[in-house]
Amino acid sequence: MRWFWIDRFDEFVRGKRATAVKNVSLAEEHLHDHFPGVAIMPNSLIVEGMAQAAGLLVADAIEFNRRVVLAKVAAAEFYFDAVPGDTIRFVAEVIDLKPTGSLTKVTSTIGDRLQGEAELFFAHLGPGEGVPKLFEPEELLRWLDQMHIYDIGRDEAGQPLARPDW
Amino acid sequence: MPSRDEIFDKVKSALVDALGVDEDDVTPNATMVGDLGAESIDFLDIVFRLEKTFGIKISRGELFPEDVLSSSEFVTDGKVTAAGIAALKARMPFADLSKFEANPSVQNFANTLTVEDMVRYVQSKLVA
Repeated sequence: MRWFWIDRFDEFVRGKRATAVKNVSLAEEHLHDHFPGVAIMPNSLIVEGMAQAAGLLVADAIEFNRRVVLAKVAAAEFYFDAVPGDTIRFVAEVIDLKPTGSLTKVTSTIGDRLQGEAELFFAHLGPGEGVPKLFEPEELLRWLDQMHIYDIGRDEAGQPLARPDW
Repeated sequence: MPSRDEIFDKVKSALVDALGVDEDDVTPNATMVGDLGAESIDFLDIVFRLEKTFGIKISRGELFPEDVLSSSEFVTDGKVTAAGIAALKARMPFADLSKFEANPSVQNFANTLTVEDMVRYVQSKLVA
């Protein structure tokens, strides 16, 4: 089972920029222990949401033909804590994209306040680089559909994204 | 063609961003791995930043010749052979390998590449 850490995309411009939403809920078990009585979303998990938003943006741009792996958090800074009830808005932008890797910048915003920002570096791994199989097409499509990527996504020319025919 | 100092300043900026080190730590003689803590994935990141900053193209293995250092053809008992040293010199004319030659253990290579080597490397790419 895939670990969903964003709830949906609100904007998705192929190879350029994406906006995704994550709602923080006290129903999430990890918040019960972090910390008992004072629930705070760990910033490491905010990085995970950033990575899912930016990672899908990059993976789509290279047509899912390599596995996109978060290789390095080049920089990350956080300004206040996310707590249950907050809606985190991630805005991911591609700074550089090459066949072997990509550099992205992602911000997290709660309301109109900048909560955090990070530079995430992804390695793109192909067969023979420790990747036995890229993905199960049905599983990946289900995830992308769940994220509404093909409902709201646009290509570089502003045209709706075509759903892949895998 | 930018001056050596202009290149150094841009290389320094790229290394500060890629490695999260202080500007003061990025001196010409600082070693990439030993002093600045670069790991293998950092070199991919650094390559990205140098390509973007200087508008150059860096081929895989050009800056950090991991293929030579892991080759049974060029490494015996953990040490780079004379043929391996020759291969490294051919691949990395920008690097000062004299210290490494004195004790060519593969492990020592990590402490060979300096910031000044990176500057010379960029200079060589800009001239080409």
